[in-house]
This record gives sequence, structure tokens and C-alpha cells, in this order.
Amino acid sequence: MFHIEIQGKVMTISPAPEIDAHSAERLRTSVDAAFEKSSCMHMLFDFAKVTFMDSSGIGMLIGRYKQAEKRGGSLAIANMSEEMNRLYAISGLAKIIKSYATNAEALAALKGGA
Amino acid sequence: MNTHENRIVLELESRTENVSLARVMVAAFATPADPSVTELSDIKTAVSEAVTNAIIHGYGDNPSNTVRLTLTLSQKLLTVEITDNGIGIPDVPCAREPLFTTLPELERSGLGFTVMESFMDTVDVISTPNVGTTVTLTKTLGEARHGA
Ligand SMILES: Nc1ncnc2c1ncn2[C@@H]1O[C@H](COP(=O)(O)OP(=O)(O)O)[C@@H](O)[C@H]1O
Ligand SMILES: [Mg+2]
Repeated sequence: MFHIEIQGKVMTISPAPEIDAHSAERLRTSVDAAFEKSSCMHMLFDFAKVTFMDSSGIGMLIGRYKQAEKRGGSLAIANMSEEMNRLYAISGLAKIIKSYATNAEALAALKGGA
Repeated sequence: MNTHENRIVLELESRTENVSLARVMVAAFATPADPSVTELSDIKTAVSEAVTNAIIHGYGDNPSNTVRLTLTLSQKLLTVEITDNGIGIPDVPCAREPLFTTLPELERSGLGFTVMESFMDTVDVISTPNVGTTVTLTKTLGEARHGA
């Protein structure tokens, strides 16, 4: 399950509760379809309701980052739990995708062209 | 104190929707060792990686196959053995390299083994092409709050 919201050029995706190979596949299909239809440039993944994620989620985020990049946009993450932060650190994802403590900070960074 | 060893064997049909069940079952099985929240997250993530690999790589996401999990708890030591009778891994050291994946088109990140190695104490892989793969994960639990 997940929720998608559009504010200007930013599409905010709020997945829940678990991201694994099964749910990542469904997420990817729905997010890409919604992004395609929209005129958004950026994606913001709000992880406030995510209780579990494995490396399938890392692959899914890199894939969505590439979609945003095609439109000259970017992708940011907000509200990661301590557990997810450890996965994020191990993956080396920080080199391409920035993580913020709150949605507001992530939105500001995306709109500011960070 | 519980001194005996407990052991269960689970057989899952090779569907990715079963991976969440495997995680929950391993977490429940480990409960007597009094794992911390972090340790529970570690074992769930590592098991998720290995079971997903068995299904999508070992069996090519074909659902009519079986993934077997053997769980053993000996005092604080959890051992999880994940076995598939799938295609096997021709070069295990290469497969274990960070970012190595044979399925980039499925958006695999090639980080599954890296995650298992980071979150577990030991990760052992035995694989034979066209015979199958067994991944054995071990972790000593409940250490943080009881002293090592
Ligand atoms: N059970 C398995 N059976 C066959 N091949 C496997 C198995 N587990 C892992 N592999 C191989 O090892 C590679 C690396 O696995 P992993 O680190 O989990 O990355 P990913 O799953 O993202 O590809 C896989 O791409 C696959 O080629
Ligand atoms: Mg994997």
C-alpha cells in the first residue's frame, strides 16, 4: 500500500508498511505510471510509515531516481527509521540520494534544486 | 534457563509474497533468545535477502518450487539455513561482491550478500550449478543487554 500526492513539481510517495521484492515491484509500476502522467520533476519518498525494507527497496529507489533524472529532477528521502538508516548507510546510496529528517526539509531541498 | 536446542523446518512455495511470512516466522522463532529491536531487524533483513535470492535467482521467480528454511536456536545462537534446488551460483566469491547482480533489468541492487554480511555474524554459501544453493546465516542474539 502507498499514497501519492503532487505539490507543484514534486511527487510525494508514502509507502507502507514493508518494502521487499514483492511490494517494490508493485510500487515501481504504480509510481512510474503516476510520474509519467504528471508534469512532476522530483520524487520525495516519505518513509514515515515504513517498518521494514531490504535491498529490493534500494534497487527500487535507484530506479526511481533515474526516472526523475530523465526529467532533469531529483529524488529525496525523508523520515527514515533508525533501522532503515543502517541499510541506507551500508548501501552507499547516500552518494546519489539525500536523506532528510522531515518532509519539509526534503521539499525545500528539492525545490531549491539541491 | 533453557539449555536445549530448538529446531524447526519450514517449506515455502517460491513466491515473493511468502518472503514476508519467512521474516515473521524467523523473528518469532528467535524470541526466546531475547533479541533487541536492532537484532530482530537484522535477522529479518538478512533472511529476507536470502529467501528472495532463492526465489528470484535460484528459481527464476517460477512459483512451483520449494524454498526450505531450517531454523535452529541453541541458547543465544540462531542459525538459519536457506536452501533452494535452483540454478546455483557458478562463482560464489564473485556473486558476494558488493553491487554484483545478474538481474539489473529487475532493478536488483546487487547488495543482498553485502546486507547479509553486515547484519549477521557469519554467512556461509554452498552452491552447485544446476543443483542448488544453501546459505547459512548465524547470529548470537540478546548480547547487547546481557553482556558478551
Ligand atoms: N539462491 C541463489 N541461486 C542462484 N543465484 C543466486 C542465488 N543467490 C544469489 N545469487 C546470485 O548472486 C547475485 C548477487 O546476489 P545479491 O547480492 O543478493 O544481489 P541481487 O539479488 O540484488 O542480484 C545474484 O544476482 C545472483 O546472480
Ligand atoms: Mg538479492
